Amino acid sequence: MAPSAYLWLGLAAIYFILPLYATLAFSLKKNVAGAPCCTLANYSWVIHNSDFWHTIKVSFVLAIETIVISLILFVPTIYWVHLKLPRLRPVIAFLALIPFVVPPIVMVVGLLRVFQGTPHWFYGEPWGFLAAAYVILAFPYMFFSLDAGFRAIDVHTLTEASQSLGASWPTTLVKVILPNIRAAALAGSFLALAIVMGEFTIANLAAFHTFPIFLQYVNESAGFPAGALTLLSFMITWAAMGSLLLVGRRRGGRGAMIAGTR
Amino acid sequence: MTYLRLENLHRDFGTVKALNGINIDVGEGEFLSLLGPSGCGKTTALRLVAGFDRPNAGRIIVDGKDVTNVSPNKRDMGMVFQAYSLFPNMTARQNVEFGLRIRGKHRSERGSKAGDLLELVGLGHAGDRFPHQLSGGMQQRVALARALAIEPRVLLLDEPLSALDAKVRVQLREEIRRIQLELGITTLYVTHDQEEALAISDHVAVMYGGVIEQMGSPAEMYTTPATPFVAEFIGTMNRLEARVVDPATGEVEHAGLRLHVDAARQRSAGERVLVLIRPESLEIQAAGGDANGGVDGNVFRGEVITQTFLGPVTRVKVVGGELALTADMSTARAAALPIGSSVVARVPSGDLRLLSLPEDGMASVGVDPDAE
Repeated sequence: MAPSAYLWLGLAAIYFILPLYATLAFSLKKNVAGAPCCTLANYSWVIHNSDFWHTIKVSFVLAIETIVISLILFVPTIYWVHLKLPRLRPVIAFLALIPFVVPPIVMVVGLLRVFQGTPHWFYGEPWGFLAAAYVILAFPYMFFSLDAGFRAIDVHTLTEASQSLGASWPTTLVKVILPNIRAAALAGSFLALAIVMGEFTIANLAAFHTFPIFLQYVNESAGFPAGALTLLSFMITWAAMGSLLLVGRRRGGRGAMIAGTR
Repeated sequence: MTYLRLENLHRDFGTVKALNGINIDVGEGEFLSLLGPSGCGKTTALRLVAGFDRPNAGRIIVDGKDVTNVSPNKRDMGMVFQAYSLFPNMTARQNVEFGLRIRGKHRSERGSKAGDLLELVGLGHAGDRFPHQLSGGMQQRVALARALAIEPRVLLLDEPLSALDAKVRVQLREEIRRIQLELGITTLYVTHDQEEALAISDHVAVMYGGVIEQMGSPAEMYTTPATPFVAEFIGTMNRLEARVVDPATGEVEHAGLRLHVDAARQRSAGERVLVLIRPESLEIQAAGGDANGGVDGNVFRGEVITQTFLGPVTRVKVVGGELALTADMSTARAAALPIGSSVVARVPSGDLRLLSLPEDGMASVGVDPDAE
């Protein structure tokens, strides 16, 4: 590797690692002026805080729910579009851009009005209203990941080969198509997880108590524990992504490759 | 006895008639090739048989049963595709077992059958490899084994060799034929390669513009083409547009040149005909030799303008006046007739074929006569 490459690599590493290091150093300080370094008291505070565990559980379950609903909705839809309705693809790609264009604050006001009057189990619970909003927020990430995955395989030939061997549509989707877009589905799932674990505006305006709301509250009320909380949430999110990768990865074929690299 | 019947099949795509009423009968255990240029409708016909598409009119009958509206997963048709179609997430063995798993076969039965079929296609050692670890030829062998595993009623092959290099193509086509004969499976094969079709088929159906131009054995197709298109498409052919001058003697005229054609004796005077001469029927000699026209008088004088080396045979193009003829001769003899040599070309009257031409029709349908 050329010396200039090391330079750029070093600069990039500093760019990403320095803020993490600063947060770590901050999170190890005592809430007393002039006290010597270091203490794990802030971490202990976070771990023994019941709101932390409650909100992280809510956000994590919401993330899983968002991923499952998105995959169930979008995998068959995008498969069908690639197979039978390719002319619809640009239309769906355009629709997928809308969550990027419409600010979350506008979206949440609209959604609150649209869903007003729906049953309480949906409107009053994060598992209903918030999950529906997060599926919309995750739509572009899911669509573009899955779309890249479908474009990387020969959907028509694989489908026809499977059918000629006696497989029905559902069997073809589950046993042939899905394993071959696994990397794309994983990529979309990672992004959905990251979005849900960090989404603040919709949850705040819809008055739901999720992890980012708790993080913001701690940040305003206790500075040093907020640093510890930030690092812990960072690690938890990475651990969740790692688990998704482990669940989704299988040895052998090329299915686990990153979509679009074939 | 007919096992697979395509009865008056029509398929339109908008205003384009991809199939315009084709009728094909394939006997049990027979190997029939659908041969034609791109866009002739051969793949459309195969897809209708596989069930991936539905005809606008007509029926598909397999073993006496109408399967026209049966979904593809219930037709029991094994298919090998032009594109590599192995499931990338499965090993070669798992690919071959796939159809058996769908049919609920027991694991031991699946394993033993997949092993046998992989042996049959010469890949007994590669069962645990994934498709990306196999060459193109190996992938198509596995695809063949996979199609055969379900013991299909009809084996369908859609240009399975077109993505392979020339040597592998020849090798694999012979293996396909060997396996087809060994298993006695009724086979429909689509190709645009006439050499491939003639080499391995019991019967060949030449298609053009959504219709069957001619169907017959490979030898029939080669020696007695029924239409100008077939004459152009199968093998290399010299074509001379002519008129019958004297039916009694079989004399025809092309650009002022008189030829004797046995087949012209059943024609009427003034009839417009297409005279067909295979390159191997022409005898080429140096002009200094015996050039007196022989018994038939079908002698042309000209000059060698190109030579194309084809291995044991060399293709020579001779031009004399308005006449240009292509002849095949042994490479050893061709060496004595370099470019620029004056030669005489002779063809026995019995070796000339004749086709009727409409008075105002075209003799050519746009296929390069030199194209293989």
